Amino acid sequence: MNNGKPKTIEIVQRSLVRRYRAERRFRRMGLGAIVLSLVFLGFLFASIVGNGYTALFQTQVQLDISFDPETFATGELANADYPRLIKEALYKAFPQVTARGERRALTGLVSSGAAFQLRQMVLADRSLIGTRRSIWLPADDDVDMLVKGHLSRQAGRLSEAQLAWIGQLQSQGKLAKHFNWTLFTAGDSREPELAGILGAVVGSFYTLLVTLALSFPLGVATAVYLEEFAPRSRWTDLIEVNINNLAAVPSIVFGLLGLAVFLGAFGMPRSAPVVGGMVLTLMTLPTIIIASRAALQAVPPSIRDAALGVGASKMQMILHHVLPLALPGMLTGTIIGMARALGETAPLLMIGMVAFIVDIPGGFTDPATVLPVQIYLWADSPERAFVERTAAATLALLAFLIVMNGLAVVLRRRFERRW
Amino acid sequence: METATEQRTLFTKEEIGVTTPEDSKPQHRPEKTLPADRAQDKPAPTVGKPFVDNPRMACRHVNVFYGDKHAIRDVSLDIGRNQVIAMIGPSGCGKSTFIRCLNRMNDTIEGCRVTGEILLDGQNIYARQVDVVPLRAQVGMVFQKPNPFPKSIYDNVAYGPKIHGLARNRAELDEIVETSLQRAGLWDEVKDRLSHAGTSLSGGQQQRLCIARTIAVGPEVILMDEPCSALDPIATGKIEELIDELRRQYSIAIVTHSMQQAARVSQRTAYFHLGDLIEVGRTEQIFTTPRHKLTQDYITGRFG
Repeated sequence: MNNGKPKTIEIVQRSLVRRYRAERRFRRMGLGAIVLSLVFLGFLFASIVGNGYTALFQTQVQLDISFDPETFATGELANADYPRLIKEALYKAFPQVTARGERRALTGLVSSGAAFQLRQMVLADRSLIGTRRSIWLPADDDVDMLVKGHLSRQAGRLSEAQLAWIGQLQSQGKLAKHFNWTLFTAGDSREPELAGILGAVVGSFYTLLVTLALSFPLGVATAVYLEEFAPRSRWTDLIEVNINNLAAVPSIVFGLLGLAVFLGAFGMPRSAPVVGGMVLTLMTLPTIIIASRAALQAVPPSIRDAALGVGASKMQMILHHVLPLALPGMLTGTIIGMARALGETAPLLMIGMVAFIVDIPGGFTDPATVLPVQIYLWADSPERAFVERTAAATLALLAFLIVMNGLAVVLRRRFERRW
Repeated sequence: METATEQRTLFTKEEIGVTTPEDSKPQHRPEKTLPADRAQDKPAPTVGKPFVDNPRMACRHVNVFYGDKHAIRDVSLDIGRNQVIAMIGPSGCGKSTFIRCLNRMNDTIEGCRVTGEILLDGQNIYARQVDVVPLRAQVGMVFQKPNPFPKSIYDNVAYGPKIHGLARNRAELDEIVETSLQRAGLWDEVKDRLSHAGTSLSGGQQQRLCIARTIAVGPEVILMDEPCSALDPIATGKIEELIDELRRQYSIAIVTHSMQQAARVSQRTAYFHLGDLIEVGRTEQIFTTPRHKLTQDYITGRFG
């Protein structure tokens, strides 16, 4: 209006260009962050899957095994000389090999675990004795690596003669890759071709079950008490500060505590999922408590007023109205805590869950290991065949995580209510 | 800020009753000294008739403190049987605080302290042995914002009877739900969708659902804290009709910011100002011939 002064609208127009430019920059930055993290995620997955998918297949050798009744003459099926059956079959397939050393090199093509496979077959079905069967048996890991192209022919791990025999078997169609069921049905092993993740998966399952069973009720109860019942005092402030501090404590410290208290003072079994679960509970509790308290605080006070207004007691108000509304938030906190617990290695090392355990754990007190520790152990092994198994175990860990999160999402959907 | 200062100044003048040299120049008084002055004030005496014969609830010398803040100052007031008493006054005058004392909803606020006596049918509700659960079943409350539970319409109304064990079986519960919804004037609108979420209703319907929920417990007194402040005029009209209906059976105390509403629905009106009960009387008398200057200023729209 005033002759010299610019109008408000003109000033606004001028700054508008700058504002929009800033907005676009802001938007692009966010988009860039997402793209970058997606690229990293894609890279991670590509590398894991690329390394791990070959572990899904295992090279096997087809041998004509004759279950010679003489071998079982002693009558003790469990202690019969099964490796002999394999040797006989190999000698028959390669009659030209007669020298002692050559014969040993020949039997080295088949996994030492093949004899156990035969033993299991016979124990399951006695009528096999006296018959002649063509059976696929796992090849040694060096053969497997050679077939998969991870081992060069000049590496020296296989002799010229062995390479020739492998070529002969391949040309006869008696050497082929089959789906690696062992990976999903066996426990750990020193032989890569016999090693599986089932032991670690079951160990992780038991450990997390203990963690969930302890940390969810304890965490929710603590949150409800602190949020709904506890008077504001110096003590509750102190507890609150300590809970927040615990959330930031390095996890290995919890492992040391578990070692000193659970194993040392209480004398609980070593390497057991129950102790692992208790240690991980200590680690998970602060996360669950903090998330649950936030969820309780987010319940609108009007709902509390409504419940109290019709004469609900405090407990009825909490159980009937506040908890159901806070449950989705509590579940979110729980799943974050559980996901962290699933991937945790350090505290479990301290309580002996890093041991080499072949058996699949049958309960909470059996010696066990967990998936991340299994990955760590395999990554540490010198055999080339463990590289792909390490990646495969990582995939299994991710699958475990996805199943767990999926379950939590389903649960949350069921409890979620709108108001 | 201008109005707040004015209100306080007005009050101080009224309170002291004499004009001191400082008071003659209120504009020069620093505002921050006002609360300190007020702390030394005596509570204003109530003008009019705060007491009735045979009251349902009788409040005597009620004081409420929020920490150091003295929110209600020596209020004595009766809630009569089968009538509506409206509490009016500017924001922050303590009318909501006062009504929340009547069913001890203030207990939930940390640092809130209540002194004095509030008698419900002769029994002091702040006595040590009194349990708030049966008290709140006897003195129901409807809140400013409609707050149905995130459950079905049926469950909203049935919740109170269920927790108090008022129905022996499903048929009785059904009956309680139906009569409560009918009395709240909502039955015809929702009878075909009782299983729908209570939160799916419109604002006015939600507030009537909350009233139905309150009636379902069979209270003697219903407290309403600005029940229409979030509603449009049509929904407000329905609620006001409903309040007039409910008066036959219940004693009602209603807090409202709308003086027209107070005039329409209430038989008695109490005017609160900065924690004091200034004047109580029949509603026509309060709105036509207020005796206290503050009441007159408020109802004529001088402030508030």
